[in-house]
Order: sequence, then structure tokens, then C-alpha cells
Amino acid sequence: MADLATATRNAALTTRGGFAEVVLTPAPAASRLSLRAGADALPGLSAALGVTLPTRPKTSALSGKRHALWLGPDEWLLIDEGEGDLMAAAASSGTLHSAVDVSHRNVAVIVSGPGAEVAINSGCPQDLSLAIFPIGACSRTILGKVEIVLLRIAEDTFRVECWRSFSPYVFGMLSEGAADAGH
Amino acid sequence: MLLIYCPYCEEERSELEFRNAGDAHIVRPANIAEISDEEFEEFFFLRQNPKGLFFERWRHIHGCGRFFNAARDTVSDRFYTTYKAGEPKPDVAAILNGEQDKGAAR
Repeated sequence: MADLATATRNAALTTRGGFAEVVLTPAPAASRLSLRAGADALPGLSAALGVTLPTRPKTSALSGKRHALWLGPDEWLLIDEGEGDLMAAAASSGTLHSAVDVSHRNVAVIVSGPGAEVAINSGCPQDLSLAIFPIGACSRTILGKVEIVLLRIAEDTFRVECWRSFSPYVFGMLSEGAADAGH
Repeated sequence: MLLIYCPYCEEERSELEFRNAGDAHIVRPANIAEISDEEFEEFFFLRQNPKGLFFERWRHIHGCGRFFNAARDTVSDRFYTTYKAGEPKPDVAAILNGEQDKGAAR
């Protein structure tokens, strides 16, 4: 006779004490800029912002506490975790561009630990293996039913950016994934 | 799940990141104010909806955000090729012959 598969019963609050394989941390406040610009504005903007805007898909640049994430051929997300004024820096570049301060539109969750990939892959279809999605790789993608921007900041650590009203959903989704990551 | 090659991201991504955006290579008449109602209807409303090879626009809406064009088989859902917006329409015969060659090689 075939063996019967048995589901493990979890108590309602099992996951409230944290997870064995994954740590979920709300990221501290940061300033963010949604930047659109043509190729001719890039040298000026890079110099003014102090970080080289990447031009290859799925890549990001880091300078001090300032990240520049490639989102599209003419679109970047800048994240400054320090005190820098991104809007003033972009405005001082003297180039034709569009910059929108989205600091309060986004919030981020830091997902770290050996099960971080599995936790994110519970709702995200991208291949997050280290060879395909190396440290510094970034991408706009989806998690469950919401759009996120994913950035790998270390081998076992990701930054998940989402719109703030979606953040309870994202945190819940990641928690579910994290609870499953140990199995 | 379908994997669709985005010519801007230069990578295959899950269909969940994409949206279909209708027929490709529909040219808006330059003299739009002068054309007749029938001609406008033809341009604006009438579509072919063929069975088989079909050229259509797709948008990588949850990725790079770009529109691009794709040649897809409407029966098998197979993507023959994708190419950047603004690039010329690929030759139908070349696509289908390429597929036959691939089939022969297998």
C-alpha cells in the first residue's frame, strides 16, 4: 500500500517568533528617486549624483550609501540610505531628465539568511541562483500579486522594495515563504 | 508557465511580468483628419485575428516597462522571436523556415 502524505499542522502563531532560515527586517527610512533620462544625460547625472548610472540590464551601482538600480533602458531607481539630497544633486546636473522623489512611496524589507532565495521565490518567478542573479543584480519584478524591485546586496541578503500600501501584503507573503523555507 | 524573451532585458522572463498589447505594425495614417469613416474604421477597429503565426505587441510591464514586438503562434502559444519596437517586421517565410531547420536538427 502506498504511503499516505501527511501535512504538518502549524499553530496559528507559529511564525510570530521568527524563522530558522530567514530573517525579515523592515529597512530603515531612505530617500529614493525615480529617474528617467536619455543616454546623453548620463555622464552629467552620474557626476552630479556621485554614482555611475548602470546601462546594462539587471545591474546596479553602489557608491557609499547610494545605490543606482537599472530598471529600464532609460529608467533608474536611486536609493540613498544616508543623509544625501538626491533631488538637489539631480537638479544640479544641468542635464535634461525627469526626477521624482519617491522616498515615501516605497518601503523596503531586508530578507536575509540561507533561505532568503526560497522565501522570495515563493512569490517571485525569477531565477535567483547566484550565477544568474549575482550580488548587485537588481530587477523590477513581481511578488505574488504586487510589483517589487529586488536588489541582491549580499550572497544571502536581498532588499525588496515595494509601494508602502502593499507592504503588509509583501511582508506577509515573505513571512509565508520564510516559514516554508526550512522545509 | 511561458518564458518570454525581453529584447531590452536580454533575458527570458516569466509571462507573469508581461502584458499583451494587441496587433503590431499598425501604422497611424499621417492624414488622420482627412480619411473617410470607413478608412478610420479599418485603421482603428478592424483586426485580422489569424490562426497561426501572428505579430503582436507585448509590454514588459513588471520589468523594464518597454513595449516590444513578438512573433507568436496563436495555436501553440509558441514565441518564434521577439524584437525591439521600431525594428522592421521579420520575414514570415524566414521565421517558418528557421523553425523547420530547427525541427530537422532535432
